[in-house]
Amino acid sequence: MKSDQIKPNKPKIAFFDFTSCEGCQLNKLNLENELPDILRHVELVEFREAMDDKADYYDIAFIEGSLSTPSCINRIHDIRRRSNILVALGACATIGGINSMKNLQPIETVRETVYGEEKYRFPTLPAIPVSAVVKVDYEIRGCPMSIPEFLRVLKALLMGKAPNLPDSAVCVECKLRENECLYDRGIVCLGPVTVGGCEAICPSFGQFCTGCRGLVPNPNKDAMLDILTQHGLSLEDAQKRFLLFNSYNIESKSIT
Amino acid sequence: MSRTLDLNIKHLTRVEGHGNIVVNIKDGRLERCELEIVEAPRFFEAMLKGRSFHETAIITSRICGICSLGHQIASLKATEEALGLEVSEQTVLLRKLLIDGATLQSNILHIYFLAAPDFFGTTDAFKLIPTNKDVVLRALRMKRLANDIGDIVSGRAVHPITPVPGGFTKLPDESELRAIRRRLVEEGLPDVEATVDTIASVLNSVPGFTRETEYISLSHPDEYALYDGDIFSSDTGAADVNNYREMTNEFVVPHSTSKHCKHARESYMVGALARWNNNHARLSESALRVAQRLNLEPRCYNPYMNTVAQVVECYHCIEDSIAIIDSLLERGIRNEKPNQTPTRFGRGIGATEVPRGILYHEYEYDRRGNIVSANCIIPTGQNLANIDHDMKKLVPEIIDQPKEIIAKQLEMLVRAYDPCISCSVHILNVEFIGG
Repeated sequence: MKSDQIKPNKPKIAFFDFTSCEGCQLNKLNLENELPDILRHVELVEFREAMDDKADYYDIAFIEGSLSTPSCINRIHDIRRRSNILVALGACATIGGINSMKNLQPIETVRETVYGEEKYRFPTLPAIPVSAVVKVDYEIRGCPMSIPEFLRVLKALLMGKAPNLPDSAVCVECKLRENECLYDRGIVCLGPVTVGGCEAICPSFGQFCTGCRGLVPNPNKDAMLDILTQHGLSLEDAQKRFLLFNSYNIESKSIT
Repeated sequence: MSRTLDLNIKHLTRVEGHGNIVVNIKDGRLERCELEIVEAPRFFEAMLKGRSFHETAIITSRICGICSLGHQIASLKATEEALGLEVSEQTVLLRKLLIDGATLQSNILHIYFLAAPDFFGTTDAFKLIPTNKDVVLRALRMKRLANDIGDIVSGRAVHPITPVPGGFTKLPDESELRAIRRRLVEEGLPDVEATVDTIASVLNSVPGFTRETEYISLSHPDEYALYDGDIFSSDTGAADVNNYREMTNEFVVPHSTSKHCKHARESYMVGALARWNNNHARLSESALRVAQRLNLEPRCYNPYMNTVAQVVECYHCIEDSIAIIDSLLERGIRNEKPNQTPTRFGRGIGATEVPRGILYHEYEYDRRGNIVSANCIIPTGQNLANIDHDMKKLVPEIIDQPKEIIAKQLEMLVRAYDPCISCSVHILNVEFIGG
């Protein structure tokens, strides 16, 4: 039942998950309308959440999750060796994400909080993004990754082009959608310093930006501070909120 | 039989998360038979410390992408109890609608994409496209419908945006609710009927294994409990949610990064089959007829039938969604703002049924509304001991079979529980050692 659907020259693509909630993988299974079409153009060779098969070489490997155990490090090197293009998918893989919040506490304390006296039973390391260990060719940000952005990147790569990835702030897209500014409601929103591309989905649904897409390349810290002071909020409020998804960034590069 | 067999199924596929099945038989004696959980631990309880109540559900949603809505609901209920935040009837109705949508989505994903390939004798659902295109397209259509409920009510189905402590940041339009209701009636009901036919046609692929165990779920006098209720054990009856620690008794085992649980016996089961066994009397006549067509007995001790109980729940969720939308439209959507003014700061427990079983979140907040301590008990963690005990009974019963058959039946057993391993480590691979 394989042959008539799978042409030998279709690009081999694979999905791998590391420390994560697997929500980005699930989001791909949520491409219900597009999935049959996508499968006509690629050969899906590895996707553990939905298939049994394994392969030796990948034209494009998509990596979900951050690296947080000794075995993660070996496995990512192995995948990189077998991959032509490697794409990090989602906040955990691109910026460390929620997982990296544990890095802020001493690792002993973290283990004790969860496993008590059995704390040495399971090895754990600080949670780091994929690019901290191997070369990453492209990054699709967000928690979860956005489906339209994933489709755009996949299409570009299949046509042999470099995908166009945004680097302007969420605020820009929020303004285009003419949303009410959350600061006017006294809420700390990370839209001014967070990379866009999500079409400001959270502020558009009345929720603050959590910073899940990471910090813009040249954040205007002074302007951010002005907005906070104007609305009677402190830099600490914003910094603490920023740690939700960006603890790795804050910790490793002292961006504060 | 003096058989020696080592089976080691690493990184079991078609399950959510990472687990291995390990079986060692020496001279006919079962020495080791367990599900190893090798998922990287996530340490959520530690991460939550010091975070504001506005952020708690945003963080706990990320425990698991598949169960993100369930984690949000349990989290919001715990936070609201700890901070004394009342929610409106409209909020409860919308949350119940979201739970129906998420349960339908997750059950469809499991039935068609994770379990069905075993019934159809293939390795993944995508390979069914050439031979059973209508079945695959139906599965995708039902998943889309379920996800659209999530998109409309909560902003997006994975890591929902609008549910916050005290209510919703944005409410759905009545026109959107009407449109989704029409699809539930025009697509949803016929598709779920066809699903029942499809699964009824492959019931002979469901192994006949049985092992009676303790079944634990929420239970509610007026409804098939998914959002709220008391804890109910088939062995010991009803208990208040405040007693959840006595009902779960978490303990650490060497072969699993996820903790195990037990209550009245050495293990217990949660999930669709437990809910069916405890609460089937609260289902509608038509849902019960569906169960009959699928040979699901009122008290069923075959864990492989968990997948079949999920089909019955798909039917229930579609029926219930239609009823909820009708009552929302009858009342009219009121423009309510979330109630986020705490009236106390203390401890709160939230229990809710998620697709894989009963989920508990407990938090303690300080006077600034920041988390002092957190505890999450996950359905898959509660099922792990029961899976081990099932495997220990199953392996001797099929010991004379070829290794591949033993491996396949063990994989199918673990899959039947629809384990969510990311969740459980806040599992799967089969590992046979010796043969």
